[in-house]
Amino acid sequence: MEPLVTFGELFPYGIWRYAVGGALIGLGTAAIYLGTAVPAGASTFFESTLSYVSDLPRFNRAKYVASRDWRVAFTLSIVAGAAVYAVGFGDFGWTTRVSWWRLLGGGFLVGVGTRIGKGCTSGHGICGVGSVAPTSLVNVATFLGVAIVTAQILQSLGVSP
Amino acid sequence: MSRNAEPERDRHPLFVPLVVAGGLLFGFGLGLSRMARPEVVLDFLQFEDFGLLFVLGTGSLVAGVAFAIGVNFLDSAPLTGRSYARRLKSFDRNVLAGGVVFGVGWGISGICPGAAYASLGIGNYPILLAIAGMFLGAYAQGIWRTYRSENDATAAVNAD
Repeated sequence: MEPLVTFGELFPYGIWRYAVGGALIGLGTAAIYLGTAVPAGASTFFESTLSYVSDLPRFNRAKYVASRDWRVAFTLSIVAGAAVYAVGFGDFGWTTRVSWWRLLGGGFLVGVGTRIGKGCTSGHGICGVGSVAPTSLVNVATFLGVAIVTAQILQSLGVSP
Repeated sequence: MSRNAEPERDRHPLFVPLVVAGGLLFGFGLGLSRMARPEVVLDFLQFEDFGLLFVLGTGSLVAGVAFAIGVNFLDSAPLTGRSYARRLKSFDRNVLAGGVVFGVGWGISGICPGAAYASLGIGNYPILLAIAGMFLGAYAQGIWRTYRSENDATAAVNAD
């Protein structure tokens, strides 16, 4: 008897890169946390960096101004770490085919949503879930469910890529 | 100023080097896991490749071990003197509203903040559009929430 779904259908690209890549993401977070007790999220970078150029009090809270320099260093090193991977694995220079309006418009909503919702895939997803924090588990379940519905609607409308 | 907003000059000399080392691992992992490609995230959301479950799974598992070690076995962080705490945020309707808006954005673009930075690192320059969008979105919500809280304050003062 044939199984209903095979491993190859669920994971057409295997799992090792996903599992090892995820572990390295966790390891980077863990190193920073064990050294500093700071749960490093990626999206606070937007508000903390806006404090350099905006006088709006919302962006100039003490926690943003005090962390803005190291958040720039953190973000630049994420770019550099991915570049090291890409050069090492011969993957450098790949570009997306996702349409410009999806990148710009989707990015805009991500910028709004992560800031209103107090975190993103790393803050809530990695640090919050790792902390078994109820707020983060609710946020992750929400954005995951809504993202699946959104992507499937776009797909059914024939939007590709 | 609170302990958690320590000024630059008191910072341990190894603070930024550690953040950089962590960021390098973080970015390397995002590249290796293929999450830096929006197409891979969209394939996951469209149920064509469930590999991303492993990224979120092993990532939060490894981070979770560090949080458990810090909270249960260590006193204070060597580079900041801060005490270890779980990442806990208060729950309110913003958590749900923000999750919905982020979900729509993630479903449209296949891109989240950390993965967008990493995507730039693999040479995917069109991702600058997504990063620009994120900055615009973060800025817009700051303006909107400032305006709203000023209006709320005025309304409260004017109420009898």
